[in-house]
Amino acid sequence: MLEFLETITGVPTPLLFGQLLLGLINGAFYAMLSLGLAVIFGLLNIINFTHGAQFMMGAFVAWMLLAWAGIGYWGALILAPLIVGATGVVIERLMISRLYKLDHLYGLLLTFGIGLMIEGVFRNEFGSSGLPYRIPAELSGAWDLGFMFMPIYRGWVVVFSLVICLATWLVIEKTRLGAYLRAATENAPLVQAFGVNVPRMITLTYGAGVALAALAGVLAAPIYSVNPQMGTNLIIVVFAVVVIGGMGSILGSVITGFGLGVVEGLTKVYWPEASATVIFVIMAIVLLTRPAGLFGRA
Amino acid sequence: MTEMNRRSILAAGAAFGALPLHRARAQAANSIKIGVLNDQSGLYRDVNGPGSVACVRQAITDLGATLRGMNVEVVVADHQNRPDVGVNIARQWFDRDGVDMVIDVPTSSVALAVNQVAREKNKVYINSSGATSDLTGSACSPNTIHWTYDTYMLAKSTGGAMVRAGGDTWFFITADYAFGHALERDTGNFIRAAGGRVLGQVRTPFPGTTDFSSFLVQAQASRAKVVGLANAGGDTINSIKQAAEFGLTRRGTKLAALLMFISDVHSLGLETAQGLVCTETFYWDLNDNTRAFTARVLPNMPQQLRPGMGQAGCYSGAMHYIKAVLELGAAAAKADGAATVARMKAMPVQDDAFGATSIRADGRRITPAYLFEVKAPGESRAAWDYYKLLQTTPADEAFRPLAEGGCSLVRS
Repeated sequence: MLEFLETITGVPTPLLFGQLLLGLINGAFYAMLSLGLAVIFGLLNIINFTHGAQFMMGAFVAWMLLAWAGIGYWGALILAPLIVGATGVVIERLMISRLYKLDHLYGLLLTFGIGLMIEGVFRNEFGSSGLPYRIPAELSGAWDLGFMFMPIYRGWVVVFSLVICLATWLVIEKTRLGAYLRAATENAPLVQAFGVNVPRMITLTYGAGVALAALAGVLAAPIYSVNPQMGTNLIIVVFAVVVIGGMGSILGSVITGFGLGVVEGLTKVYWPEASATVIFVIMAIVLLTRPAGLFGRA
Repeated sequence: MTEMNRRSILAAGAAFGALPLHRARAQAANSIKIGVLNDQSGLYRDVNGPGSVACVRQAITDLGATLRGMNVEVVVADHQNRPDVGVNIARQWFDRDGVDMVIDVPTSSVALAVNQVAREKNKVYINSSGATSDLTGSACSPNTIHWTYDTYMLAKSTGGAMVRAGGDTWFFITADYAFGHALERDTGNFIRAAGGRVLGQVRTPFPGTTDFSSFLVQAQASRAKVVGLANAGGDTINSIKQAAEFGLTRRGTKLAALLMFISDVHSLGLETAQGLVCTETFYWDLNDNTRAFTARVLPNMPQQLRPGMGQAGCYSGAMHYIKAVLELGAAAAKADGAATVARMKAMPVQDDAFGATSIRADGRRITPAYLFEVKAPGESRAAWDYYKLLQTTPADEAFRPLAEGGCSLVRS
C-alpha cells in the first residue's frame, strides 16, 4: 500500500504524511481567522479588513504582556483576546456602527484604512524584523513520529483551534444567544421589538470576532516572527478562504480553512513556487462554478 | 475691479511666482540631491529602511565644514520590494525631481531594474543593500558602484567556511527571485569546487511566505548536512526560528544563514541564534572607528537598532560620492553621472565604518569580509554584543576576481 502511494505520488510516503500534517496546522490558522471574519460578516454585513491587523495585535499584546507585565503565554491566551476585543468594541462604536446603512464597500474601505494605520503605528514603534516570543516550557519539545519530527506546540495549535471553532459553532447554532444573533441578522427591528438590545449585541459580536483574530495571533506568536506585517501576509489568503467557503458560513469557513491548508501544504511539495498562488486559483474556479461559495446560500 | 487693478495683481502674482524659482536656480548651482530608495515598510525595513536614511544624513553631518557651503538634499522613497515601483520612482526622481544619485536599493530584482534606469539617464547609482553579484558582472554599468556585499562574497566566506568544516552536502531554501537565485548559484559553485554536493533546493514564494516548516521538513528529508538559507530579513528570521522548533539543529543538521544582519540576530535573540555563522563587511563593535561612527548615528536610528552593513554602506557610499562631487564641482557632477563614478573609482575610499577601501573598474568596491559566529547568551557582555570574529578574508580575495565576472567594462 505504502509503495503504491509512493509510486502514484512520486514523493516518499513519510514526507507526504508530514506535509499533510503541516498543512492541517496552517489550516488551523486559516480556520480561526476565517471563522472570525465569517461571524462578523454574517451578523454585521461588514467585510472586516482590519482582521489581519487585529491578528497581529494579538501577537504583539502577548509580547507586551510578557515584556512589560511579566504575564506569560497562558495569561496572554486569555488577556490578549480580551484587550484586542475591547479595542474592536471601541472601533465598532465610534466608526463602523455609522456605516451599517451604507453599501458594503464603505465598511470595507474604512476597515482597510484602520488596518493600514494600525500596522503603520506598530511599524514605527517596533520596526519590521520582529520580536522574540518563546514557546511556553510546557509545550516545547517535539514528538518523533517516525516519519516526521512533530513539535508539540504545533499539535497544540491544531487541537486548540479545533476546540475554539467547535465552541463558536455551538454558541451560534445551538444556544439562545446564538438564536437571537441569527434572528437579528434576518430581521433586526422585529428582534428589537421583543426587547433584545440589538445594537449592543452587534457591538459585542464584532468584539468577539476581533477577539478570535487576536487569539490566533497569540497562538502564532511563538512560531512566526512577531512583526507588524505578519497579518498582511496571512489575511489575503484568509479572505480567499472565506470566499471559497461562502461568505458568512461558519461551518464552511472552518472546513475550507483546514482543507485549503492541506492543499497548500501539498503544493509546497510538488510545486513550491506556486504555493502562494494555488489558493487563488481555487478561488477563481469556485467563483466561476459556485458564486456563493462551497457552503454559502445563494 | 478695474482693468488696472486686475493687471497689477496678475503682475504681482507672476513676480511672486518667479521669485522662489529664481532662488531655486541660484541654489541648484551649488546643490546636489541624493535619493535613498529602499524598503520602508516590509520585511527588509530594519536591515535598510529609515536606518539607511539616518546613515546618509550622518555622512553629510560628518563632512560638515568640508562641504564649503554646498547644499546636499536627501529624499526618501519606499520601493515595496517591487521592481515596477522602484523603476517608476527612479524615473520620476531623475526626470522631474532633479535627483543626482540613488543609493541603497535592496531586493536584487529592484536593484537590477534601477541599474538600467540610472545608466540610461547617466546618473550615479550606489547600491549598498542589494546582493546579486550580477550588478558587477553581466549587468555591470559605468554609472553603478556595488558598495557593501554581494552573493559571491557571501557564498565564498560563509559557504566556503562551512564546507571546510565538513558540511559537504547541501539543501537550499531559496527566496524565489533574482537575489535567492544568485546566492544559490554562487554558493553552489563553491560547494562543487570544494568537492561537495548540492542534494536539492526548494524555491519559496517571495514576498509573502511566513511558514517555512514544509520546506524545512523537505530539507531534513534530503539528509543534507547543511541547509543553506538563500533568503534575507524576515524570511531568514522565520526560517531559523522554525528550524529550531522542528529540531533541525538538534539532530546535527547545520544551518547556513548566507545573508544575515545584526538586526536579524537581535530579533531572533541569542538563545535561538547562537552558534550561527554569518558574513558581514561591517560590525558596529569591530574597532574604535566603527564604535565612534555607531555612537554618532545611534540617536537617529529607528528603535535604537545598531547599524548593519547595508546601512553603514549607505554612510560610506554617500560620503565618498559627496567627496567626489566636491572635487568635480556640483555642476559638472550633475551633468555626467558616469564621469562622477569614474572619479569615485580613482579616489581612495576612507571612512570610519570601513576604513581604507577601494573601487574596482567593474564598479565593485572591495572591502574585507568578516566571518562571525553568533555568541551564546552567556558570552554576550553588553547590549548588542552579538558576534565573535572567526576569520577575515582580505579585500582583494573576498570578492569575485575581476576577470571572471564577465563585465564589459573590464578589458581582458
